[in-house]
Amino acid sequence: MSVAPSRTQFLSLYRQYIRSANNFTNYNFRKYFLRKARTSFENGSKLNNSHELDEFWLEAHKELAVLKRQAVVSQMYTFDQLVVEPLGKKQA
Amino acid sequence: MLRAIARSNVFKQHRASFKAARFYATAKVALDAKLETPTDVEGAAQELAQVRATTEQVKASTSNALKHAFQEKTGFGTRPIYLDMQATTPTDPRVLDTMLKFYTGLYGNPHSNTHSYGWETHKEVESARQHIANVINADVKEIIFTSGATESNNMALKGVARFYKKTKNHIITTRTEHKCVLEAARSLKIDDIDVTFLNVDDQGMVNLEELESAIRPETCLVSVMAVNNEIGVMQPIKEIGKICRKHKVFFHTDAAQAYGKVPIDVNDMNIDLLSISSHKIYGPMGIGAIFVRRRPRVRLDPIISGGGQERGLRSGTLAPSLVSGFGEAARLMQKEYAADTAHIRRLSEKLTRGLLSIEHTSLNGSPEHHYPGCVNVSFAYVEGESLLMALRDIALSSGSACTSASLEPSYVLHALGKDDALAHSSIRFGIGRFTTDEEIDYVIKAITERVAFLRELSPLWEMVKEGIDLNSIEWSGH
Repeated sequence: MSVAPSRTQFLSLYRQYIRSANNFTNYNFRKYFLRKARTSFENGSKLNNSHELDEFWLEAHKELAVLKRQAVVSQMYTFDQLVVEPLGKKQA
Repeated sequence: MLRAIARSNVFKQHRASFKAARFYATAKVALDAKLETPTDVEGAAQELAQVRATTEQVKASTSNALKHAFQEKTGFGTRPIYLDMQATTPTDPRVLDTMLKFYTGLYGNPHSNTHSYGWETHKEVESARQHIANVINADVKEIIFTSGATESNNMALKGVARFYKKTKNHIITTRTEHKCVLEAARSLKIDDIDVTFLNVDDQGMVNLEELESAIRPETCLVSVMAVNNEIGVMQPIKEIGKICRKHKVFFHTDAAQAYGKVPIDVNDMNIDLLSISSHKIYGPMGIGAIFVRRRPRVRLDPIISGGGQERGLRSGTLAPSLVSGFGEAARLMQKEYAADTAHIRRLSEKLTRGLLSIEHTSLNGSPEHHYPGCVNVSFAYVEGESLLMALRDIALSSGSACTSASLEPSYVLHALGKDDALAHSSIRFGIGRFTTDEEIDYVIKAITERVAFLRELSPLWEMVKEGIDLNSIEWSGH
């Protein structure tokens, strides 16, 4: 049962992905997943082939679930912020 | 009756609201629970900085040196930037996510085939093995799990040499190998096995003609590392593989730093044995693997004997959590290869450009045959260890983690023909998947400032500035 995602669904998934990535307390992981979200959704939006789009859609959902879980884990075990991070900006 | 209906309605409503809020339930728990912060230097450092900033007495006594040792601007965190990716890499959250289920429910022994607990973990282990084999285009049966690249290297060198020692008693390796290969080779001398250590040129490259002429009829193994851990030089693995196949000698390569980061195809490159480490590819520590070719078959004497797991080459129960984390890390290396390579290359170019724009600095190792994630730079007229001390806000190393405890200069840079002073003043920068642009900018700025500061202190630098050739000076001996 694979239905091609609509534009709204696509954007909503992207927003959720960004929100979960932002929940990481670890600076490097947060930055990485934000960067990855941008590039992979940009590539995803260019897909025309419905089979490829399905694959992307499934994969993105799986990754979103991983991000949600791991963002919580990241909030449970926190460390000092890095020397490049402004203090207090992202203290969960 | 009425009451019962009302109750069930209430229950339903309650359930609905519970369902809606379910996503955030875990997050709430996380916020309520007492957070563990293993590193809490932040508070202490801020206090200290505030005291220093306010007390006149301290202000007067604090020398310039302390101010330059590390940045003390409040308003920023205190944890150092991690730039030592050759030593180890942070575990990817996606890897941790696949590992957690083995600690919470999937605890079967993957070798038990009498119950489903064993089957579950066995399935996971085999799918991980497939992911690991895919990266180097190997067959799934050719991957043997070990405890890490050190064990893999030992297994390759000692295993092959001991198995064939009645007919062949010579192995060839290079001077820039990792310590575990050099030591394993040296320990084989007890078994009357002759070892040739090949020299490298000033770029860190092996001379192929020299290698070919070193092969004798009794040579059984050539071991050359794919990417050097200190200078990031890539050896011509494909050409070496061709030479070894021509002379019917087994070819082992230590690919701990190369696996998943540079393209490797064991069939195309004629590699017979290949060592892999999990914690260099954002996987868990404590696991690695060795690729052992089946056709033509490479035979080895196992170091560890026991129940005959892993084709009898490495007995002992596998750790499914580590294996599966390793497998996921390998899968991600393959999936993210293009994105990671582009990102690392971009940052590496930025860093190299920034550092080499400081005068009297040089890049160690060949710039063409080079893995961009490892940048080794020498800062002349600065002592490497004192620079590292001055760079407390950046996690760096002057060479391999194994030798960082001793103050001896790197043997790899020695092999390249660098003198002691330059070998002492070189620093290795490791860039990885999680390194960011801001970090690189910070590092370039910090290094530029502090190298300038340390040079101001150095009398040698003064002489260089005046245009005196240091080599022409006749130092009065004592």
